Amino acid sequence: MDEVKKYTIGALVSNKSGVLTRITGLFTRRGYNIESVTGCATEDPEISRLTIILNGDKYVLYQMIKQMEKLEDVIRIGCADELECVYRELALIKVNAKPDSRRQIVEATEIYKAKVVDLSPDTMILEITGDPNKIEAFIKVIKPYGILEMQRTGVTVLARGEHTLKDRAKNLD
Amino acid sequence: MKIKGADILINCLLEQGVDTVFGYPGGTVLDIYDALYRNGKINHVLTAHEQGAAHAADGYARVTGKTGVCFATSGPGATNLVTGIATAYMDSVPLVAVTGNVGINFLGRDSFQEIDICGITIPVTKHNFIVKDVTELADTVRRAFRIANSGRKGPVLIDILKNVQIEECEYAPQSPKPAQADEVPSGKLSRAVNAITESKRPIIIAGGGVISSNASSLVHELAVKLDCPVAYTLMGKGCIDENDRLCLGMIGMHGTVAAVKTMLAADTVIALGTRFSDRVALNRDKFAEGKRVIHVDIDNAELDKNVTSDVHVLADVGETLKTLIPLVGKTERKSWLEEADGFKKCNALKKDTSKRAYKIISAAAKIAPADSPLVTDVGQHQMWAAQHYAVNSPRRFCSSGGLGTMGYGMGAAIGAALGTGKLSVLITGDGCLGMNMNEISTAAAYNVPMVILLMDNRVLGMVRQWQKIFYSRRFSQTDLGKRKIDYVKLAESLGAAGITVGENDDIESKLKQAFDEAEKNSRPVLVDCKISPDENVLPMIKPGMTYDTQLEKLEEN
Repeated sequence: MDEVKKYTIGALVSNKSGVLTRITGLFTRRGYNIESVTGCATEDPEISRLTIILNGDKYVLYQMIKQMEKLEDVIRIGCADELECVYRELALIKVNAKPDSRRQIVEATEIYKAKVVDLSPDTMILEITGDPNKIEAFIKVIKPYGILEMQRTGVTVLARGEHTLKDRAKNLD
Repeated sequence: MKIKGADILINCLLEQGVDTVFGYPGGTVLDIYDALYRNGKINHVLTAHEQGAAHAADGYARVTGKTGVCFATSGPGATNLVTGIATAYMDSVPLVAVTGNVGINFLGRDSFQEIDICGITIPVTKHNFIVKDVTELADTVRRAFRIANSGRKGPVLIDILKNVQIEECEYAPQSPKPAQADEVPSGKLSRAVNAITESKRPIIIAGGGVISSNASSLVHELAVKLDCPVAYTLMGKGCIDENDRLCLGMIGMHGTVAAVKTMLAADTVIALGTRFSDRVALNRDKFAEGKRVIHVDIDNAELDKNVTSDVHVLADVGETLKTLIPLVGKTERKSWLEEADGFKKCNALKKDTSKRAYKIISAAAKIAPADSPLVTDVGQHQMWAAQHYAVNSPRRFCSSGGLGTMGYGMGAAIGAALGTGKLSVLITGDGCLGMNMNEISTAAAYNVPMVILLMDNRVLGMVRQWQKIFYSRRFSQTDLGKRKIDYVKLAESLGAAGITVGENDDIESKLKQAFDEAEKNSRPVLVDCKISPDENVLPMIKPGMTYDTQLEKLEEN
């Protein structure tokens, strides 16, 4: 059996109600271990773009892509790891920030090129953008101050250079 | 010209060449049924239950190759279709199911008979649609038919809101565009040719894909050119004449000795339109160990899913064979064929012809009119039918292979008879018949010529057989002996004829009487064949085991 690792899959899908249900339902019933799914609008109002993070081996990766390809609403699909890509994620973190710890938090924020976007007498909201590793590292630094709540957008990915998902042949074979 | 949505639906069905629809009316499809009535060009078969309608449309589709169509109302009507849709999905049968739903003003308010049938059927359809805008209806219906009967075929559901059926819009007829087959990838094909040429002991495994791509004669042509024996899966039954020297019979859990021994001795497996299900491969890792596998399938997701292939061709089996056959040279494999002949002799020797199930089924196969479709339910009788009833042409065998739907047979046999215009033979068991026996009344109402061979053993035979093997004969809930059904009276009360074949009766003369009655009077005839509850399906390979462990006898605990 192949090594289990994280794969990033990009998919262009019809922008219709119920599409996400069809796709996530497929993951559930076939037992794929999905870490995150991010969906968003694209330059074409009829098409949405999904970024899916899968934990699995090559067999699961290929099965998942092939099963997704069969869905009528899936237009293009590709595994992002095969190409050089830009990965970005945004996180908002509400953290305990009593006056005595504020300075240290702001310092860490500056080092990570994050931003303070809200300040109240006892709390701060921090905004950070970057690849998932950077966000993980930042969270680790902030955690000791007491994270009250947090929201992450999930990963978004685009291939570097002229490659676009639209140009990819639908068929993997 | 502006017409109502319901009329657009009927017109679109006619565009697609639909002549027969199976269904059941109700509140949210009143307009569709009104349009059907006013139009008068489509033959509608009113079943006893929506499940029967879905199975009938499935049987109709399997024997004709056309897309089967069924109608049901919202709510329970729609949910009753689900088992039939799932059956078609698992066996890749083209089906369009049309359901009504409540009007847009009532949608999402838990209205009377409202159900999210699209949500329910996502996992068991190729695709489904909810139509909320009458201007989208015609193209949706056309698209549904295109999806259902292209690529790997399967069911599509269209849920049409009540207001959409009533609202009007412009309709212009369109004739369906002929489907274009994808090109056969030439690089893969030349690798397949090489692998085939190099093989010394090849075996062809022909699956349901051979039937659905109408490639049966091409498979035979290839087999003859290669001197290559052919085993078929349950879904591939009918793809080869069973009297042909090259035909090994069925492969898999209850496959023939010849198919299994030939498979063990083979060096190359040419798998055509088959998905190596657990009932065929059993142990998917060891199934083709040490053999070269060439896999042709139209569904990319089936390639390397269960059994890893050395060469695969992603294309329609028929299209592939048309290109492939001229590329392979005529090769003689005399000693290999002789070896396979030897295995076939074991077949004949090991067939237990003393059992009544064998006698009844093989007698029926002899007596039934040529070209009659054979339909089965699910269980022991299904396997006996697959083993002992020769089906020598494609699209003459209907059986729920993937889902294993008990109760499939009655509906499917109605669809198969109407689709072929011939008497259909249904082999069923008393467990299965109990599930959808209401459809006997449908067969009687429409004067459907049908012989229902009931393998009446008063037990759930297949489950019981497993209880014998794996559960130390603890027969939990598999005894039907307390039921006091008089099948002859049952048949008569539902408008069919009934005959009993007792232990001492002459099987052939009783069966002849049944077939005569069914043909002459164009009606269903139920033949209650009493058999022992202890007849087993053999040979057998236990689940997950390898082909060299095929059992010819049960070591019963």
